[in-house]
Amino acid sequence: MTTLTAPGTLSSPLRHTLAGLLRSREIAIAVVAVLVVAVTTAKNHQFLFAANGWRDLLLTPSILLLLAVGETAVVITRSVDLSIGSVVGLTAYLTGRLFIAHPGLPVGLVFLIGLAAGGVLGLVNGVLVAFGRVPALVITLGTMYVYRGIFLTWAGSNRVNASDLPDSFLRLGTQQVLTIPVLTIIAVVVLAVAGYYLYSARGGRELYAIGSDPDAARLYGLRVTRRVLTAFVLSGAMAGLAGVATAARYGTVSANAGLNLELQAVGAAVIGGVAIFGGSGTVWGAALGAFLLVTINRALPVIGVQDFWQQFVVGAMIIGAIVLDRVLSIRRDRKIAAATSAARAAARGNS
Amino acid sequence: MPEPAAATAVLELRDVTKAFGSVVALRSGSLTVERGSVHALVGENGAGKSTLVKIVAGVYQRDAGTFRFLGQDVDFASTAASKAAGIAVIYQEPTLFPDLSVAENIFLGRQTLGRPRRIDRPAMYAAAEALFARLGVRLDPRRQARGLSIADQQIIEIAKAISLDASLLIMDEPTAALSGVEVERLFAVARGLRDEGRGLVFISHRFDEVFALCDTVTVMRDGQYVSTERVADTSVDQIVARMVGREVSELFPKTPAPIGDVVLDVRGLSAAGVFRDVSLTVRAGEIVGLAGLVGAGRSEVARAVFGVDRYDAGSVRMFGRPVRAHDVRAAIRAGMAFVPEDRRGQGLTTQASVARNVASVIRRGLARGGLLTTAAENRAAGPWSARLEVKTAALDMAAETMSGGNQQKVVLAKWLATEPKLLIIDEPTRGIDVGTKAEVHRLLSDLAGRGLAILMISSELPEVLGMADRVLVLCEGELTAELDRADATPERVMHAATRSARPIDTPAAAPVEVTA
Repeated sequence: MTTLTAPGTLSSPLRHTLAGLLRSREIAIAVVAVLVVAVTTAKNHQFLFAANGWRDLLLTPSILLLLAVGETAVVITRSVDLSIGSVVGLTAYLTGRLFIAHPGLPVGLVFLIGLAAGGVLGLVNGVLVAFGRVPALVITLGTMYVYRGIFLTWAGSNRVNASDLPDSFLRLGTQQVLTIPVLTIIAVVVLAVAGYYLYSARGGRELYAIGSDPDAARLYGLRVTRRVLTAFVLSGAMAGLAGVATAARYGTVSANAGLNLELQAVGAAVIGGVAIFGGSGTVWGAALGAFLLVTINRALPVIGVQDFWQQFVVGAMIIGAIVLDRVLSIRRDRKIAAATSAARAAARGNS
Repeated sequence: MPEPAAATAVLELRDVTKAFGSVVALRSGSLTVERGSVHALVGENGAGKSTLVKIVAGVYQRDAGTFRFLGQDVDFASTAASKAAGIAVIYQEPTLFPDLSVAENIFLGRQTLGRPRRIDRPAMYAAAEALFARLGVRLDPRRQARGLSIADQQIIEIAKAISLDASLLIMDEPTAALSGVEVERLFAVARGLRDEGRGLVFISHRFDEVFALCDTVTVMRDGQYVSTERVADTSVDQIVARMVGREVSELFPKTPAPIGDVVLDVRGLSAAGVFRDVSLTVRAGEIVGLAGLVGAGRSEVARAVFGVDRYDAGSVRMFGRPVRAHDVRAAIRAGMAFVPEDRRGQGLTTQASVARNVASVIRRGLARGGLLTTAAENRAAGPWSARLEVKTAALDMAAETMSGGNQQKVVLAKWLATEPKLLIIDEPTRGIDVGTKAEVHRLLSDLAGRGLAILMISSELPEVLGMADRVLVLCEGELTAELDRADATPERVMHAATRSARPIDTPAAAPVEVTA
């Protein structure tokens, strides 16, 4: 009898660790992000060392980060949520109207209302997707326009201005604790909770299972409908939270609030290694993807790159990330096929 | 609640039926599994075994009949319900989540929890390793399930089923991909479960295994219960006779046709891990049947010949001229036509009209100045549809509204309109009711009579034996027999199709761990 050993076993622990690090998408993205910040700062010190440089570096990505976390939960189940940009706009406007109607409303309560409103809008998506048996791409494309339409009809020619919002709320938009902006802290706490749920809770693992093979999930007896609903509610709630944060951060809510954010969120998730066909990827990766996406967008003008090329770079990053995933998976499949054939041949030779 | 003393049966099915639309998958399924017994369920492909299993598992719901589990009448609305009641099923095709770890695949939804309801991964890995130790296999519980060999996947399924601590364990061909050593270990575990008083159902095409493991055997044929006997009181020949027992020649008349020159010549075709060194020829006017069990690689060979899939070695020639590999258009130009197994998914545009379907392959020849008119499509489709007696009100009727038999005829018409020299047809009568089956057979026989060479893949033994001039048998990716019409008996084909590549008593290579 022969025992096969996998080829290429010159393994030293160091080499193993290094290979593992290189294979981790999260670390690769983090390295690229640090490089972008370093290069930009070297070109223009203002980027990091201006009065608001550090604050903006952390604050600007936090809204997209929230959206990317919610989007990731949905994409992992092999769906997509395109309505979140409109949910951001709608809940941001709702926030303004709440403060106009009740100027004394506690800020914490407004955040909760935004979260709940977003959750309800997400539930509508989830119900349509889970029970309508129509692909999420189509459903949420529809609700994207419907939600935006509700927002525009409701707002008419009005807009929410900074003067409509209480100072305590506006201050929250730029406030810092130990140099870290409050909105960033909220986003990171949400990220940590979502990351914990997806990695360490049974429900979270079932989301991965559903995206990995929906038919097998049904055969296994998982409650697919309920889990998919949960993912959409989560995505909507995150968008609601991001809507309130948008109002606090910018002070004004105009008709194009949140426009195109859904595509940026999908882009961030893809760059962060979340497979568009579900089953794999982490919210950590998606969050880093969001950070990288926003930071590159801010860095390119600083180093004097024209507008057209900024869009180009974002597109190239998304395509690059997908091509990278594809190449890695083809290489892995080849390796496995070769190993399987070798094993079969050995089995034949032996009998 | 005290259990009735008389109920020693874990599972009792009586006269269970199941139909999918007009196709009856299970006419009358009966099966009684006692406590502390390993019960073999045998029958040809399509005998209704898998449908029966899926009813017990809660995947399908029966149309009629009695279903008792642990002495009580039950109705399982879902797989979750049957699992909760204590039924574990190992399906024929492993159903794993490729992105999750091996251990998670075993324990999903039942993971060991620490505080606060956090999945305790170290404990889960330890539990998985304990299961693997019991099965005597080495498998890393931390690695992703993606890319595991079928054997390893099967082992995970077995570990999953055992960990459920079920009163009834159903194994649908669990040994197909296992090596001799692994099979022995599985049997040891199965005997252990039997001695604990559980009921086991074992579906297998390997009779040596049935005789080694089981104490009772139930035979099914054509969706119907045939017999139940003690294994000790029967023999392989008896079982095979019960499995096939029907007059072949009456059902499937192939009229003799003059056999001409070699049309298709395949030599040494191999694709890593799928099939190996397959050589075959098909002559004009000849129907060659490709038989074998599900998963033997028959469809894969056909797809490679037609250029859908790649192959690693070998050659495909039509009339002596080589046909480019992995190029469907070249195959069509060379005169091949391919009617796939899944005609709804791959052969038909179900929403389009009959005429459009028939004309779809030849539309290049029909177009006038680059435009394709409905009138031209109808003109081209008319004669073929008429010849095949497609029963539709009009040619512009949508294909999806037609019966399975008529859909098959539309697919055939579509390919025959290209005037092929070779027809490859995969499962020509799957999902077609008995009456229409005969029509499809008469049609194939007719086409062979006009000089068409036909390569027919079929899981239905009587169909192969009745229609084919020559029968090739594929087993685990290799040709194991070539039988002339006169020599082809159900027993011979069955024996060739179930030949184990490795004799069970000689240990094969050690389980190989594949690392990604």
